[in-house]
Amino acid sequence: MEYIALFIQAAFVENLALAFFLGMCTFLAVSKKVETAIGLGAAVIVIQFITVPVNHLIYTYLLAPGALSWAGLPGVDLSFLGLVSYIGVIAALVQILEMTLDKHFPKLYNALGIFLPLITVNCAILGGTLFMVERSYDLPESVVFSLGSGFGWALAVIGLAGIREKLKYSDVPEGLQGLGITFIITGLMSLSFMGFSGIQL
Amino acid sequence: MGEARKVLIDPLVDNNPVTLQVLGICSALAVTTSLLPALLMCLALTAVCALSTAAISSIRNRIPNNIRIIVHMTIIASFVIVVDQMLKAYAFETSKQLSVFVGLIITNCIVLGRAEAFAMKNGVGMSFLDGLGNGLGYSVILIFVATVRELFGAGSLLGYEILHTVANGGWYEANGLMLLPPSAFFIIGLMIWGIRAWKSAQVENPDYQIHEVHRTEVL
Repeated sequence: MEYIALFIQAAFVENLALAFFLGMCTFLAVSKKVETAIGLGAAVIVIQFITVPVNHLIYTYLLAPGALSWAGLPGVDLSFLGLVSYIGVIAALVQILEMTLDKHFPKLYNALGIFLPLITVNCAILGGTLFMVERSYDLPESVVFSLGSGFGWALAVIGLAGIREKLKYSDVPEGLQGLGITFIITGLMSLSFMGFSGIQL
Repeated sequence: MGEARKVLIDPLVDNNPVTLQVLGICSALAVTTSLLPALLMCLALTAVCALSTAAISSIRNRIPNNIRIIVHMTIIASFVIVVDQMLKAYAFETSKQLSVFVGLIITNCIVLGRAEAFAMKNGVGMSFLDGLGNGLGYSVILIFVATVRELFGAGSLLGYEILHTVANGGWYEANGLMLLPPSAFFIIGLMIWGIRAWKSAQVENPDYQIHEVHRTEVL
């Protein structure tokens, strides 16, 4: 039950894109068509689902204060190396996933391929890992959190793309054209997602 | 000298990284509920941006082209760690408020974007100035948004009360929406509108033009 609550919270109430503004650059840039938005959303879910638990293991068994006690070094605190190792893990995993998909699932690679390199620099991925560390989730919690936050991000980007596809038929003032109106729509979406904040399971 | 000045001043309004190039928006929105964390964030980003573009530029001829992104990431991440540890040492309370966003400077597209677009082709001095200019351009937006949000959302600036709020027996009814995430989107959206009304060269052309007779000015 608490896992369901965590999932709902990560996906809706604390939506990475709309409540924490993570991954905004890609969010705004790749939301012109629903099809591409679905591809990007799926890629984010997959990468998030892999990197957060892996980074959790790395943090618990290598970096956290006293984590190296299994190697006979109980006094060592490597947590300051966190940022470099997380981004390294993310970049490496994205690269590995890209090569595996290319070799074994060419169809999936064609659908997701172009988004994978983009995702290395997507703050939603690194942000997910950093939130996991800051809130000290355990392993099952971080798995659920990664699924929920990835799902929420994908939902938000697909929703925005749907709105933007219809938006071209509306008469937007000149200076607000493009980026400006997109910001305001995202603000309105964010308002509506805040409506979930009362939900308690 | 003229060119150095242009590199430094251009990103402030004419080529602003946030409002025109749409880079680094995540943190521009997230840390702006009050002015103090926003100022600290500006300082952190400007320092990382200027130092890492200078560092990348100094080794630009030795970086193998196909692994350059990873090299950039490592250099940027190292500077971010330095800044993060400094903040934890000297401004612990505010660094708690910034939460994960200092770490997220690594994936801030401004830094990586400048490293890719400018530092790989230009000398150390110019790259440093370009990094500094873009950091300042980002800071301008951040400080503006943070000022609006803190002033109208809490009636104060840097914690000092400017507008006397009802909660403290004054006249100003604080606007709670300003402290919530959506207001940041609205403020930046309207700000882009303002800048583009002023500098009409930045207006984007729509992909699809609706017919003359359906436009609101005509009706």
